Amino acid sequence: MNVVYILWLRQLKRSARSRSRIIGSFAQPLLFLLAFGFGFGSMFQSAGQGNYIQFLAPGVITMSILFTSIFSGIEVIWDRQFGFLKETLVAPVPRILIMIGRTLGGATVAVLQGMVVFCICLAVGFRTPSLPLLPLAFTFMILTAVLFTAVGTALASVLPDFQGFQLVMNFLVMPIFFLSGALFPLTNVPRAMRIIASLDPLSYSVDGLRFALIGVSHFGVTLDLAILGAATAAALAVGGYLFSRIQI
Amino acid sequence: MIRAEGLVKKFGDFTAVDNISFDVARGEIFAFLGPNGAGKTTTIKMLTTLLRPTSGSVSLDGLNPVTHQTAARKQFGIVFQDPSVDDELTAYENMDFHGVLYSVPRKLRRERIEQLLKLFELWDRRKDYVKQFSGGMRRRLEIARSLLHTPNIIFLDEPTLGLDPQTRNQLWNHVKKLNEEEQVTLFLTTHYMEEAERVAHRIAIIDHGKIIAQGTPDELKTQTSTETLEQAFLALTGDTIRDEEASSLEQMRNIRRAFRRTK
Repeated sequence: MNVVYILWLRQLKRSARSRSRIIGSFAQPLLFLLAFGFGFGSMFQSAGQGNYIQFLAPGVITMSILFTSIFSGIEVIWDRQFGFLKETLVAPVPRILIMIGRTLGGATVAVLQGMVVFCICLAVGFRTPSLPLLPLAFTFMILTAVLFTAVGTALASVLPDFQGFQLVMNFLVMPIFFLSGALFPLTNVPRAMRIIASLDPLSYSVDGLRFALIGVSHFGVTLDLAILGAATAAALAVGGYLFSRIQI
Repeated sequence: MIRAEGLVKKFGDFTAVDNISFDVARGEIFAFLGPNGAGKTTTIKMLTTLLRPTSGSVSLDGLNPVTHQTAARKQFGIVFQDPSVDDELTAYENMDFHGVLYSVPRKLRRERIEQLLKLFELWDRRKDYVKQFSGGMRRRLEIARSLLHTPNIIFLDEPTLGLDPQTRNQLWNHVKKLNEEEQVTLFLTTHYMEEAERVAHRIAIIDHGKIIAQGTPDELKTQTSTETLEQAFLALTGDTIRDEEASSLEQMRNIRRAFRRTK
């Protein structure tokens, strides 16, 4: 237990100490909110879809959690390069505990970040009508953060260095985000795209969070929770397995 | 205490470690010497659970690191060839982190951290981030850290690389003292022959993945009819210069070093 705690604490300390990353992580969601929110707002409205900021905010919160989580997971490569990973790999504790500690640490940072972005959304005019559902929103944020930190860890366990990182960004993280329905409703898109979105775990994060915050859902909140829960469990299992197989 | 039998490690077609066997007794200081790329670090990685051997077997105090990882890992402390401290944590936090990983009880942890940081003259800098430390200070911190959980076996992979003569001297004195007073078994690699001659009870010389000679420093000198260990080493391994191919990881590290220098 102490092992999980100390690794969790380390991730938090590292994040809190990296000021440039903190600033960067708020700047991006803000840019999305302003550029998309106000850029497409009137178009969205005149198409009869209502207020775009309301629709977009859960997507942007999910996005910031996605990026922060993946980066936290990918930090394993960083540790491998700077040598610190060896210190944890020779320690007399099951590697799965190391992986869980890191993952929970990274996920905590991502959830905190998601909450700050939620506040930013409120500042630019987002209003949530359903305060009692905030715990549900929180649940979706946690599941999303754990899921993608574990995915990042799994990837970092098999990537030898940062060469492959660009590929991961372009062919995994970006599609996961853009095809998830974070930016647009999934109701009127072509069928192929709807199928792709339904295979994208982030779709269920966005959808669940949207339900919790503004009461709108495409898949239904039960399905969101079930699929997201299953995906998180699977990612933890695969990430844990790959992490414990690392050789240096 | 440390036993390897028919140990082999292949990376694709390349055989890094080729069927080596040795036996290190409890309380012995055993030095592993060899030119660059001879297989020293690969051997240490197999002994310390970081790499799985292709074939052959290893035992640490009777425990097999492949099948009893956690128990085997408790037995040893290690100072790696390249850095393994966390730059973004302070010296104290690095030590504390290590203590928790090795389940050293809190009170004992505090005492030992203080004692070790004082011993390696880092106590005054305990609250500084490691990224502000010089190469020698990092090295000292790593060595202090490896001793925190009072292991029975300590692996030192070129521990004195980049240290000034004062720190080197102090390090070896401390290592000898540990060995004499607490019967800690030491397995070390170094490029400095006079260091090996000074501290090691027994030496194995490894080249191209094979152990080519094994014995006390005197035995090796007699065997090659040379005066010093350095001459014996050259007589056994020849005088061609070996180039290690840098892995992608090392390439990245070099880039990082270049960046640091320009800052």
